[in-house]
Amino acid sequence: MSINRRDFIKTIGIAGVTLTVGKELLAAPKKEEKEIEFFGVLYDSTRCVGCQTCETVCAETHGLPPPVGELKPGVVRKTDDQHRTVVNCYKTSKGEVFVKKQCMHCNEPACAAACLTQAMHKTKEGPIIWRGNKCMGCRYCMVSCPFDIPKFEYHSANPKIQKCDMCYDRQKDGKKPACVENCPAEALVFGTRRELIKEARKRIQENPDQYVDYIYGEHEAGGTGFLYLSPVPFNELGFNTSLQKTSYPELSKGFLYSVPSIFVLWPALLLGMHEATKNNNHNTEENE
Amino acid sequence: MNNIENSIAKDSGSISTWKFFLSELKPKGKWLTPFNIISIPIMLLGLALIVIRFWKGLGSITNLTQEVPWGLWIGFDVVTGVAFAGGAYVLTFMVYILNMNKYHSIVRVVVLNGFLAYVFYAGALLLDLGRPWNVINPIIGNNFGTSSVLFLVAWHFLLYMIAQLIEFSPAIAEWLGAKRARKILSGMTIAAVIFGITLSTLHQSGLGALYMMAKDKIHPLWYSEFIPVMFFVSSIFAGLSMVIFEGTISYKVFFNQVSENNHNAHNRIIHGLAKICAGAMFAYFSLHVLIFIHGRHWNLLNTGMGYWYILEMIGFVLVPMMLYFYSYRKNNIFLIKLAAIITMLGVILNRLNVTVIGFRWDSAIRYVPSWMEIVVTLAVICTEIWVFRWVVNRMPVLRESPSWVKEEK
Repeated sequence: MSINRRDFIKTIGIAGVTLTVGKELLAAPKKEEKEIEFFGVLYDSTRCVGCQTCETVCAETHGLPPPVGELKPGVVRKTDDQHRTVVNCYKTSKGEVFVKKQCMHCNEPACAAACLTQAMHKTKEGPIIWRGNKCMGCRYCMVSCPFDIPKFEYHSANPKIQKCDMCYDRQKDGKKPACVENCPAEALVFGTRRELIKEARKRIQENPDQYVDYIYGEHEAGGTGFLYLSPVPFNELGFNTSLQKTSYPELSKGFLYSVPSIFVLWPALLLGMHEATKNNNHNTEENE
Repeated sequence: MNNIENSIAKDSGSISTWKFFLSELKPKGKWLTPFNIISIPIMLLGLALIVIRFWKGLGSITNLTQEVPWGLWIGFDVVTGVAFAGGAYVLTFMVYILNMNKYHSIVRVVVLNGFLAYVFYAGALLLDLGRPWNVINPIIGNNFGTSSVLFLVAWHFLLYMIAQLIEFSPAIAEWLGAKRARKILSGMTIAAVIFGITLSTLHQSGLGALYMMAKDKIHPLWYSEFIPVMFFVSSIFAGLSMVIFEGTISYKVFFNQVSENNHNAHNRIIHGLAKICAGAMFAYFSLHVLIFIHGRHWNLLNTGMGYWYILEMIGFVLVPMMLYFYSYRKNNIFLIKLAAIITMLGVILNRLNVTVIGFRWDSAIRYVPSWMEIVVTLAVICTEIWVFRWVVNRMPVLRESPSWVKEEK
């Protein structure tokens, strides 16, 4: 007897585990992928002059209609299915401040975790892109996004999800996003997230009177690709400052992790109960 | 009627089976019943609206907004409809797992109801999809979004429909007179039941887990990390209340099909279900109280939404729970049925509060479903009832199985 029953079962178990998770374990430490850092954009609202060039070039780049609505202090315009980015003007304790709004490109995006077809996809370079050939239009990404970014074309028979993709196609050609490249005030900086945070810290440190000591997006929703600097507290600029600092997919993790255990435990339990109560048959025959 | 079917079916042979099937497609009985007169225009109008919806886009007939992308069709048709379909897994659990034979006579009709509910209400999901031609992506191919709760729910819907079809299939075999098939299919019942209950546990709670990431969008009185648990627990009494409600109607409408024995047993069944509902609701209410205290939202109670929350908790959970307890004690069937109706309204209220009313409760433009969304919803419900009636009139669902089934035993 070189192999007894227990050893045999153990071997089978190990083999099974290796078969199911082995692929991921092997795939995880791929070297080249680790070296790529997420790219992002730093937006400095103290530099923005509200010229709306970013809105115009964004529309041109993606074949969308030109910006609508007047940029007025106190009027909050929203991104929609035809406008991937908008600039708004807020009246604050330090005067009028402009804020650009678009997809935040979260590190661990809720939209991509919500997508059941991987149509919303966090690329390894950082931008979150939407892939029409996979999307089934369920709009669960819109339900999940804490920033309300994905927009749906409600009046189309072939509707698309519109959102900023950080000009992923331009990035692949080695170019910067259109808004960054064309910003005349240099309010936008493109780079790796690490560099951008360093740069943002430097600006705060060099001009502590000009900025509040906070980088919006460094920790919000687990960290975002777009980072914001502001002269006033961020709640004055229409930002949701009570967003959780951990990632949103974390919220449904607990449920998803319980699925395999229920799948294993329930059938066993149910079968046991079925066997245990089999004899009840004889007692209640009169109902048949 | 039984005899005719059997004699035709017994002829076997593919041609006569086909003829038999065609003849069964034709309607039986009177055409101009009140239900038909009401439902036919609704279904036709609904169909026209669905055509417009696929032609001009979702915005043409729905009031959905960029902030509220899921409206009545998801919140009511899918989320509430599936909760009501929960009766099937609870009852199969009682009958096949716990061997509570008292309830055996209503298993088939409940499973049929559950199956059709899934087909139609999960089917209603297709109407809501912007790009329905990609609906197979999460099922086949390499586009598995495994981190998505919706992925899990979609798969479970599909698998559970198959499990329910297997649970129901002996009735189809009896209808077609397929003896051998019936034997094989009956043998699969217990496996299908166990699989089905496991799936139901996960996707009833999964429907709640769908909203976990919408943390900042759902009113804090309704959002908690326990939504999945609450959805699961409430699906037990939601489903059973539906069984009481729907069973009462079915036994009246299809009076002639139900044997005297089963008619007499029905009140005892309802009585037994009332106790289970009361117990489940007690657990549900207690959990809600715990979650509320844990959430420390006392300050929110004295707001409009707070009153709404209190109304739901007291008026549509506590009151029907007490009513269930009381009517069970007094063995008052009428009050049990009343409790079932209030409970069902409460479940509708709860599901809509999470998915529609409390969702983006603070947004400037509130979503209110358009009349067209409501008509399409009604059309889906009517169509389901039509199919249900078609099946009940033909297959041994409420009536006894054909005599050859017992002979074989």
